Amino acid sequence: MIFGAAGNPKMFDPAFNDEGETFRITRQIYDTLIQNKPGTADLEPSLAEKWESSNEGKTWTFSLKSGVKFSDGTPMDATAVCFNFNRWFNMKGAAAQSQMIYYGDVFEGFAKNEGDATGEPVYKSCEAKDPATAVLTLNKAKGAFPSAFTLPSFAIQSPTALQAHNADTVTQSGDSFTYSEYANKFPVGTGPFKFESWDQAKGEITLVKNDSSPTPPKLDKLIFKVIPDENARKQALKAGDINGYDYPNPADYGLLRNDGEQVLIRPSFNVLYLGINQANNPKLQDVKVRQALAYGVNREQFVKSKLAEGSEVATEFVPKVISGYTDDVTKYPYDPEKAKSLLKDAGAEGMTLKFYYPTEVTRPYMPNPADTFTAISEDLKKIGIKIETHAEPWNGGYKDDVQKAGKQDLHLLGWTGDYNDAGNFVGTFFGREKKEFGFNNPQLFSALSAADASPAGDAHAKAYQEVNKQIMDFLPAIPIAYPTPAIVVGPKVKGLVASPLTDERFNTVTVS
Amino acid sequence: MNTLLNKKKEPIDKLAAASGRSLGGEALRRMLRSPVAITGGAITGLFLLLAIFAPLLAPKDPLDRTLQDQVQLGRGIIPGSMPGYPLGVDDFGRDFLSRLIVGAQQTLLVGVLATVIGVLIGVLIGGIAGAFGGWVDTVLMRLVDVMLSFPSLLLAISIAALFANPSQWTVILAVSMVGVPIFARLLRGSMLVQRDADHVLAATSLGVKRGAIVFRHMLPNSLGPVIVQATLTLATSILEAAALSFLGLGDPDPSRAEWGLMLGKASRQFLDIRPELAYYPAIAIIIVALGFTLLGESLREALDPKNRR
Amino acid sequence: MFRFLVRRLLQAIPTLFILSILIFAWLRSLPGGPAAALLGDKATPEKIANLNHVLGLDQPIILQYFGFLGRAFTGDFGNSLVSTQPVMGEIITFLPATIELGLSAMIIAIVVGIPAGYLSARFRGGPVDNLVIVLSLIGVAVPVFFLGYMMQDLLASPLGLPSQGRQAAGLDATAITNFAILDGIMTGEWDAVWDAIKHLILPAFALATIPLAVITRITRASVLDVLNEDFVRTANSKGLTQQVVRTRHVLRNGLLPVVTTIGLQTGALLGGAVLTERVFNFRGLGFLLAEGIERRDYPRLQALLLFGAVVYVLVNMLVDVSYGIIDPRVRVR
Repeated sequence: MIFGAAGNPKMFDPAFNDEGETFRITRQIYDTLIQNKPGTADLEPSLAEKWESSNEGKTWTFSLKSGVKFSDGTPMDATAVCFNFNRWFNMKGAAAQSQMIYYGDVFEGFAKNEGDATGEPVYKSCEAKDPATAVLTLNKAKGAFPSAFTLPSFAIQSPTALQAHNADTVTQSGDSFTYSEYANKFPVGTGPFKFESWDQAKGEITLVKNDSSPTPPKLDKLIFKVIPDENARKQALKAGDINGYDYPNPADYGLLRNDGEQVLIRPSFNVLYLGINQANNPKLQDVKVRQALAYGVNREQFVKSKLAEGSEVATEFVPKVISGYTDDVTKYPYDPEKAKSLLKDAGAEGMTLKFYYPTEVTRPYMPNPADTFTAISEDLKKIGIKIETHAEPWNGGYKDDVQKAGKQDLHLLGWTGDYNDAGNFVGTFFGREKKEFGFNNPQLFSALSAADASPAGDAHAKAYQEVNKQIMDFLPAIPIAYPTPAIVVGPKVKGLVASPLTDERFNTVTVS
Repeated sequence: MNTLLNKKKEPIDKLAAASGRSLGGEALRRMLRSPVAITGGAITGLFLLLAIFAPLLAPKDPLDRTLQDQVQLGRGIIPGSMPGYPLGVDDFGRDFLSRLIVGAQQTLLVGVLATVIGVLIGVLIGGIAGAFGGWVDTVLMRLVDVMLSFPSLLLAISIAALFANPSQWTVILAVSMVGVPIFARLLRGSMLVQRDADHVLAATSLGVKRGAIVFRHMLPNSLGPVIVQATLTLATSILEAAALSFLGLGDPDPSRAEWGLMLGKASRQFLDIRPELAYYPAIAIIIVALGFTLLGESLREALDPKNRR
Repeated sequence: MFRFLVRRLLQAIPTLFILSILIFAWLRSLPGGPAAALLGDKATPEKIANLNHVLGLDQPIILQYFGFLGRAFTGDFGNSLVSTQPVMGEIITFLPATIELGLSAMIIAIVVGIPAGYLSARFRGGPVDNLVIVLSLIGVAVPVFFLGYMMQDLLASPLGLPSQGRQAAGLDATAITNFAILDGIMTGEWDAVWDAIKHLILPAFALATIPLAVITRITRASVLDVLNEDFVRTANSKGLTQQVVRTRHVLRNGLLPVVTTIGLQTGALLGGAVLTERVFNFRGLGFLLAEGIERRDYPRLQALLLFGAVVYVLVNMLVDVSYGIIDPRVRVR
């Protein structure tokens, strides 16, 4: 099967990666301890058949599948699992540590923090009780577990291969990094496919069947062809050069279907929001003004006319499939009259707001930032707000200005969930004081911490449901939509299940 | 000796040599007999009228998204022509015809501003070089030569890429830089030709100051070639601006109705569901670029000292 | 000749130096920077700041520049932010593709343009002439990227041509020089040669439109010039047959300006290649440049601009030398 990827992978050691195109490939080469049930964000066994926590969430015991081997023939057992955890924890070098984004997010610290990295390590130790039992001991419990064990960065890699090819060498090269031989040429895992080659000139990554995998594929060969231009991907599919590609333009879904292609819609696991920064314009600190903004944006029309089918207006900042979502929050249906009267009450009529949006980028939650900006800003103009436009390139300072310097009053951003935990969304957004939102609400911060610390299961869900209600009353930002990006494959392709987490695994796929 | 550069300079130098000849009278009559000139003039004239009166001619407000409800990009629906909307709407539910008409104004603006800035800077450099001569001339012309020898699109791309935040102004500036060396060389050449002309020698011997000679005797005679070149440059400016938009170096604001922007967006996204959104701006650009080129070429021929049909 | 070459080279060096400083300083002064590009979506401001520190991007610019210069002398221009591969290596890998595309486009422009221009001049004022003039005027007025999209959309399927790319995915072709056609011939893999040609057709035609239009017009104009020149009338008066006059004198003398036009159009081709390669996903230098601009890949842009400057100097020198060989009159200067 030949699949059209939207961009280049960086290399093939997921520990150092945080970016979707690379993960797309590493997800076929490696397995994690726990994985997502195909098509959902629910957990199911992968390399670990069972897992349980004890000691108030500080100890995790994994019962591993037995008899599993890496593609280089070495055993995947508790020793290998602990080797991986220890490798991450003990990683040396500021360069290497700076690239371990997900490890830093979840485990917060290394054995020795280098560079500017700070953070108390969450990881304490790992013990291989017997070849099929690995016991992970943490310094503190986090709501992220066990879902975080599904993260592709935490894939279990072959210790033999890691050592043989110096996987830990990350050296600076000018303004970028050079990765190891392991990462570029010899990645070894237990996944359905094995790495064969990466042809830069052609932009093709070739994977072949891994017979020794616990989940062997039906395909013999899987080729990823890099085609950055969306139109070119479409043409390639039409011409039969590729069997499928990612992120089709929503406007094309109908046409693609007419051509006989299968457009697989991913259940939404992301959120697009209109951010509000309360620090610059004091009027924004009045909740009435923020409510006015919410009532004044015609989210229904935006979603219906601009986003792909299956997209919905966002009621809060977590997607529907996540535990902690509740429909019982304050809603803000489109009501420009109400918006205008709220503004009048607050004495904020005719105010001018600096509205920042990014250019030269598409995100899964925001396929067309310029269009999103146009729709929202024109709605706001209709309720009498003056908009000062600030467009900045995504890689050219947008995130700096918005998240670091907080120059904006309003901005567009979003988030694609990494794992099934509400904290990954609202905890990340509103868990502490940030320049992006410019507010200090200690009550909200502690409610979020408490929810994070709450034990997994019903209590956890309930805690987050309460927090979500609170957030939608405080309204630090306005959730706009739950976009549903899609993946499209040709008529001959069977067995591909679209994943809300972009975690499509090709082992069930056949091409007739 | 730089062969390619010399070749690139030839048409400019030839045009510069035509200074002193006016665009009026005989030249005009010659043009009125040429079908090329008439066609070019007609297209240009119509376009200018359209651009100037655009807001009055547009039936609807180009920013008004009245029919947004009927647009469902997710289903590939963008309504085509219907009563009140002869060309249908665009992806934001705005009247397409109105956007095309107002687009004329914006497109002309980009072309004119880019050309005018190029003329101003170029004429300044060339004028100083021509007026002072000597090492000033050498240094300035060396700089101009470097710029001139770059392929124009690459020059525009390189300059536009170096700006932090692309906007309509960065596009205009980048495109104008393509014209600067051309006009610089043109004006300098023109002044060099005139330095030895009778009326200048006469004025000098009469004791007229250098400044006055330049401004009152030489510059007006250089006007003809500058106008000719400006007409040609306007055509290429519009095309280069469209290319920059396509590469993502253009104005990111999709509200602006400008043909290059509309073309770039529509070619990438709507060719399959509503190709008219791309075809019409493209045809408009082609016709206008053609018109200006025809006009410029016939003006050039009318001024050609070796004039021969 | 040798002294001339050495002099030109020496003149070029300070220019390149200054250029490198300007490019380096400017790119570095832009907001955002490599850290943001490297970290992607999940980057927090703290992580970006940390990465800036790790990469040494918060050091004084002078120090950064000398570091860059030092590495540049060993041929190390750093790694691309987008692909984490050495930038120079990328340029060398992708160069043959652009050369193949440019060459194909130029061949089309010459093979179609010169005869068209000649016929146009020969049958001046006739329907052929008018058609050719109109087409060549339109040719320079069409935005190349739009033409590319149109060809992709309307011509690819009906003609059975691939709509994008340089090589069919999964094709097992041995790459030696990375000139696809050459490699195929050298290894006898004829399916690879045919595949490469098929992929070149649409982009080459799209790219060729402007040079084709210009070459046609210049050929026409220069043939017209020559037809009127004295020496042709002299040849005619000598009683030579029309045929001989036409081919021997007109063509040979008319071709000289056309040759230099070809040289100039090569430059225009490079600009057009950026657009064409982007539309057709043809992985050459233009593609690298377009991607580098979009993703703000500074190491790549830096290297491409400098590489371009060096090539430009060399090509100009080459043309001067060959022009001096072709036209002896020039050498006297």
